[in-house]
Amino acid sequence: MRYETSFRLNGTPVSVSVEPSRTLLHVLREDLGMTGTKEGCTDSECGACMVLLDGEPLNACSYLAVQADGREVTTVEGLSAPDGSLSALQRAFLAHGGVQCGFCTPGMLISATALLARDPDPAEETVRAALSGNLCRCTGYQGIVQAVRSAAAEIREG
Amino acid sequence: MSRYLAPAGLEEALVALAGGARPVAGGTDLVVGVRQGRFPIPDDLVAIHRLAGFRGIAEGADGGLVIGAGTSHAEIVAHPRVTRDWTGLADASAIVGSPATRATGTLGGNVANASPAADTVAPLLCADAVIVCRSTAGERRLPLDGFATAPRRTLLRPDELIVAVELPAPAPGSASCYVRLEHRRQMEIAIVGAGALLRLEGGRVTAARVAMTALAPTVRRVPEAERILLGSDGGAAAVTAAAEAVAAAATPIDDTRASAAYRRAMAAVVTRRAIGGALARARGETVTIPASDTLFGAA
Ligand SMILES: Cc1cc2nc3c(=O)[nH]c(=O)nc-3n(C[C@H](O)[C@H](O)[C@H](O)COP(=O)(O)OP(=O)(O)OC[C@H]3O[C@@H](n4cnc5c(N)ncnc54)[C@H](O)[C@@H]3O)c2cc1C
Ligand code: FES
Ligand code: FES
Repeated sequence: MRYETSFRLNGTPVSVSVEPSRTLLHVLREDLGMTGTKEGCTDSECGACMVLLDGEPLNACSYLAVQADGREVTTVEGLSAPDGSLSALQRAFLAHGGVQCGFCTPGMLISATALLARDPDPAEETVRAALSGNLCRCTGYQGIVQAVRSAAAEIREG
Repeated sequence: MSRYLAPAGLEEALVALAGGARPVAGGTDLVVGVRQGRFPIPDDLVAIHRLAGFRGIAEGADGGLVIGAGTSHAEIVAHPRVTRDWTGLADASAIVGSPATRATGTLGGNVANASPAADTVAPLLCADAVIVCRSTAGERRLPLDGFATAPRRTLLRPDELIVAVELPAPAPGSASCYVRLEHRRQMEIAIVGAGALLRLEGGRVTAARVAMTALAPTVRRVPEAERILLGSDGGAAAVTAAAEAVAAAATPIDDTRASAAYRRAMAAVVTRRAIGGALARARGETVTIPASDTLFGAA
């Protein structure tokens, strides 16, 4: 049995027919073509699959797509402006070496976006805690933490 | 071929349960368990995240608290009454998984799942929590003490939903703390954990609760340790003896996280820190939430 599942994806209403056992990650990637969100562990461990659900970070690999019905989903594709220009956070990741292979980057950006929406001036420890569900095998994290703090400063200063 | 329902009304959810459906709240245990092959995906699912009145924290008339079963760990840690009066619960909810786990995982799911390592259960036991269950047959209010009967087994019937967790008003002069030992600060499951609640009156301990995590088939209270603390001055000798009583009562297992011998050795250390944290708070000192971070490396 399939269930009609409707939600707002990066501000646009979408509707898909899904089996209840399918995860939000697979529906985003396979049915909706949103491949910015990555699949790493499929086990809630690495954070590559993170999206915002009603503004809160979510491991999409471990969430049933049908439970997104009626809600607001934001993927990395929704973080830049409609004309493609990058957000302050995205620019800071590039400027501070917060990206190497890029596989963790969508999830990192999602967690950091949720953090900055809540805390415009996070301490380094707060940034590290907010990103604790996101693993990176390349950067050593320093550039990522610096990027988040520098983007926060840029946003604060307008 | 599975069936799925996500009602907004409790009655509809209860009828589905009576018809054999299984509830899913945040899915952080259920979906992960399915994928790890621990159990098949239930054929018939009723999602309860949309239920009216299921999420949120209300203050009871008697000064207690009623926490909706669908309340997330993040909402619990953000609640000023919880951080002030049920600090041990805040210590626990603050360290569940990662920020994403805490935004999605619910208190009801943590209790219903009945993991021997469930972090919120020890502080809830210390708080004398009551589990409010509903089915089409009506309501049952069960003390959390004894609710879990074995790993992943509870007194909850398949047709029942946990709708709320009730916490009675804390006694004046009492305070609580939950401490967990883990390999890293976040995204972890307890190697061992301990919760404590102490009431101090005129320098004497007049109420004591001690509960242990990941040290027995279920998270449970340790009456031997509570008796040692009760009537004592809460000094080092009593605290050490109570911590030793927890280690003696523990029946830990060997698994990938730690050996039984290591768990038993750490049981006393972690319990001493939890009791110490509760005593410090009862004396009006500040132990920052989550206590695990604060007390890490403490003697
Ligand atoms: C990466 C990760 C890290 C984690 N870290 C921790 C941790 O540090 N500490 C910890 O304790 N747990 C941890 N967990 C486990 C889990 O997140 C928590 O137990 C969480 O509180 C479960 O809530 P849920 O709403 O997601 O439960 P679900 O997965 O929706 O449900 C769990 C079980 O309870 C049943 N259920 C759910 N709600 C109800 C209800 N109201 N009434 C009756 N039955 C119900 C379901 O049918 C299912 O069997 C972690 C999980 C993950 C994936
Ligand atoms: S793919 Fe979801 S956490 Fe790794
Ligand atoms: S940049 Fe490669 S995993 Fe983070």
